[in-house]
Amino acid sequence: MRPSIVSLEVNGSHRDFLVQPGTTLLAALREALGLTATRKGCETGSCGACTVILDGEPVMSCLCLVEPLDGARVETLEGVATGPDELHPLQQAFIDGFATQCGFCTAGMIMAAKALLARNPSPCREDVIVAISGNVCRCTGYAAIIDAILEAAADLRAARPSRAA
Amino acid sequence: MEEILTHFFADERGEPLKVVGTTVERSDARGHVTGRTQFYEDVSFPGMLHLKMVRSTRHHALIKHIDARDALAVPGVVRVLTHKDVPHNWYTILRLIGVEPNDEPVLPEDRVLFLGEQICAVLAETLAAAEEGASKVVVEYEDLPAVFDVEEAVKPETPAIKPHGKNYFVYEGHHCRRIRFGDVEEAFSTADHVVEHRYQSAPIEHAPTETTGCIVKPEGSGRFTVYSNTQALFFTLDNMALILGLPFGKLRLVGGTVGGGFGGKVDVIVEPIATLAAMLTGKPVKYAYSRHEEMQVSSPRAAERIIIKDGVMADGRIVARKVTLYVDAGAYSRHSPYGTTKAAAHMPGPYAIPNVHVDAHCVYTNRTPSSAMRGFGVTIGDFDLEVQMDRLARMLGIDPFEFRLINAYRDGDMKAHRKIVEGAALVEVVQEAARISGRTLPDRFTQMSSLTRETAHG
Amino acid sequence: MARLRGRGMASVNYPTGMNLGGDPSQALIHATTTGSFVISLSSVDLGQGLKTIMAQIAAETLGVPYGNVMVDTADTDTGPHCMGTFASRATHRVGNAVIMAAKEAREVMMQVAADELEVDPDDLTSDGEGRIHVVGSPEKGIGLVELALAAHFKHGRTISGRGIYMKPKSDVDPETGRMDPDSAQAHACTVAEVEVDDETGEVFVLKLTNVYEIGRAMNPAMAHQQIVGGAWMGISHALYETTEPYYPDRSHGPTDFAGYLMPGPGDLAEMRSAIIERPAKNGPYGAKGIGEMTANSPIPAIANAIFDACGVRVDEMPITPERVLRGLDALRGTPA
Repeated sequence: MRPSIVSLEVNGSHRDFLVQPGTTLLAALREALGLTATRKGCETGSCGACTVILDGEPVMSCLCLVEPLDGARVETLEGVATGPDELHPLQQAFIDGFATQCGFCTAGMIMAAKALLARNPSPCREDVIVAISGNVCRCTGYAAIIDAILEAAADLRAARPSRAA
Repeated sequence: MEEILTHFFADERGEPLKVVGTTVERSDARGHVTGRTQFYEDVSFPGMLHLKMVRSTRHHALIKHIDARDALAVPGVVRVLTHKDVPHNWYTILRLIGVEPNDEPVLPEDRVLFLGEQICAVLAETLAAAEEGASKVVVEYEDLPAVFDVEEAVKPETPAIKPHGKNYFVYEGHHCRRIRFGDVEEAFSTADHVVEHRYQSAPIEHAPTETTGCIVKPEGSGRFTVYSNTQALFFTLDNMALILGLPFGKLRLVGGTVGGGFGGKVDVIVEPIATLAAMLTGKPVKYAYSRHEEMQVSSPRAAERIIIKDGVMADGRIVARKVTLYVDAGAYSRHSPYGTTKAAAHMPGPYAIPNVHVDAHCVYTNRTPSSAMRGFGVTIGDFDLEVQMDRLARMLGIDPFEFRLINAYRDGDMKAHRKIVEGAALVEVVQEAARISGRTLPDRFTQMSSLTRETAHG
Repeated sequence: MARLRGRGMASVNYPTGMNLGGDPSQALIHATTTGSFVISLSSVDLGQGLKTIMAQIAAETLGVPYGNVMVDTADTDTGPHCMGTFASRATHRVGNAVIMAAKEAREVMMQVAADELEVDPDDLTSDGEGRIHVVGSPEKGIGLVELALAAHFKHGRTISGRGIYMKPKSDVDPETGRMDPDSAQAHACTVAEVEVDDETGEVFVLKLTNVYEIGRAMNPAMAHQQIVGGAWMGISHALYETTEPYYPDRSHGPTDFAGYLMPGPGDLAEMRSAIIERPAKNGPYGAKGIGEMTANSPIPAIANAIFDACGVRVDEMPITPERVLRGLDALRGTPA
């Protein structure tokens, strides 16, 4: 079993790295690439803390082996902010809406929400609930998270009216 | 957002405040939403070893033999630690506040007391190698009878599973934490009704999204830096130093940013053995619970069995409450002796009851040790007390809000543990909850206050 | 084949502080030369928000803007001793230690300001916005940056303070249980409205109405977080959670969130809550602990609402559909 080189586009940058067979996307991001915003909560796909966007779709990175993903496009929370001092509306809405407590589920929540808003800029409450239903939060009781995602969706639509549904 | 009702206790509010009492942005929120918040697991060091525990497959058994040869043959496996490697193997977390005896081994010597108990630690260059190594350690057991039920455990004929010869914690010579206030038997004999019910809960997991863990780094100074998600850094440090026989100053704990605790991260399990591994190998060591371990091996909220016997008058006054409480501590004390005293102190709930008798037992069984959790010693008791209150109110045909108000404690009352009540506000929260949920209370109840007690009842 | 509706209530109290006391915590505060204040602690933030609350307390006591306060925690080399984050003690114990440290630092700050302004320190006040000035004469004052620079480079003084809080340990009388367990008691009352599906035994929590008395809501939005998150945990405890579904039998324990049941984002109850404040005499600005207690009153309120809805009294937690259904079967006289 030899290590192999995998190439990914991560947050817009081309990254090549060496992995052992059986390495998950989560382990590759955290350990090979040092991208620690993506959290490890269960490694069985049951908590959603490791959610990233893979070729436009939200996935639990603990369930994806990274070798077959060679050439794929991955987006993590590190790539969400629009500038060093400029947060994405989802991030701002999570701050303003007090949608974080311990913060450990936050990365997964924001990535699941970002994938939702990319395919549905005008989600209803039920759409948001479905989008984050694979993500466990033990602190907040979810309501503030749902509200923040709806708020961000509205902010995004207001900022880009031409793209609103 | 909640309305803050400033007309209550208005003359106790003091000077207006500028910052306290206002909503300011959480100082950690920006870090959370950008992913820059650093949790313990976000640090890593070259050459770090991974620790995986071999765990008991039995509920209660003698360990006859441990064979680690096949584990050591796994490529990447560096070492296997057993109890023989632990300088001061026996401890109990709360010895720091005077609780004894030391009833738990860091690694068991001749027996295991619960399914999943850690037996020996496999250290390897990768987690995969550590897991494979742990799977190849052969432990020979001789099964012993296991006890799972708290009332069964405390029977004199049940074999003791603990070295001190009893399946319960001894409180200054007593088999339970006692509260004795007034005379419940006398009051039962004159009460209009005497009602007794049994309540039971099952263990509950804290389920923080971040599992328990630590990373230990040996420093050039000869010290060890421990990156940990403990809820109590110095409690952990002090227990570690005692277990490892190290001067306290050799240890430095770094943490303070935790992915949820809920009481689940106040035990001291991962840090001592990981630090021992770092001491013996000279390498950084990581010991993190898998989700499976967090769910089944880390301490849950205790299951509790509570029997409540109340004497109550037809007009709604509870005149006596006798509580027999069993905390299922599981195999080891951890924080349960403390929690059981806290449970006893909480009785009989926020009510002025003149006769109270509490026997709160901290019981050992062959299950995962329980420990602190949000509402420690209280949450389950409140379920039982308030279901009991509902039963009594319905039996007497009294509105449940009114029934609470009839019995609510007020400033100046003496609690069952003989502390005088001050700062009470049960009356007010009940009155307000009734109001905003649309229940109109008779004047007699809206005029009540926690500050005073009406001289003539009713 | 109906959804039966019911209402139940419960009221509770909850102790603030480690049971029986004897649990000190310390805080150190120092000003940087440019007028920021650093609070050094070894206290842990589990997500409840200790870092934010301690900065608010320090800002209030120092009389400086919240933005001028930084919290440095937790490192046992640089932070003084803290017993830990548990037993609803952190806001109370650490908060009191921060107040004590901030008072000492403020005294130095005001003395240096008095020296700079050549007035008596008793004639000075802080505006909370970064200036110390003579009472009644806002123009006769000094800004924090200038003040901190002067303290260090001109007067050779450190604007700093030390704080500790400890409730002395109470011993329990083993015969009677006489003890002084707590520093204060917070209070709550919850009214729950539920629906019970009489065919499946499922319980749906429709609404929780909560009134809390917590001494002081230090940061109302964060108190709201505790109330909502705790109520969710209360629903979860009441209806779903256990690691041992057949307790005391040890079998069938869940090993991840696929088997460990909790309400998801689609299972939330409507929530209405209000806060009453009866400041605790010994609490920092009157605070009592709210973090732990918020799951407590929802659980029995839900249990009582279930009885109100369908006549089934479940005395075991969690109140699973199976338990409700067995209760309904018993009421109907049908075999379980």
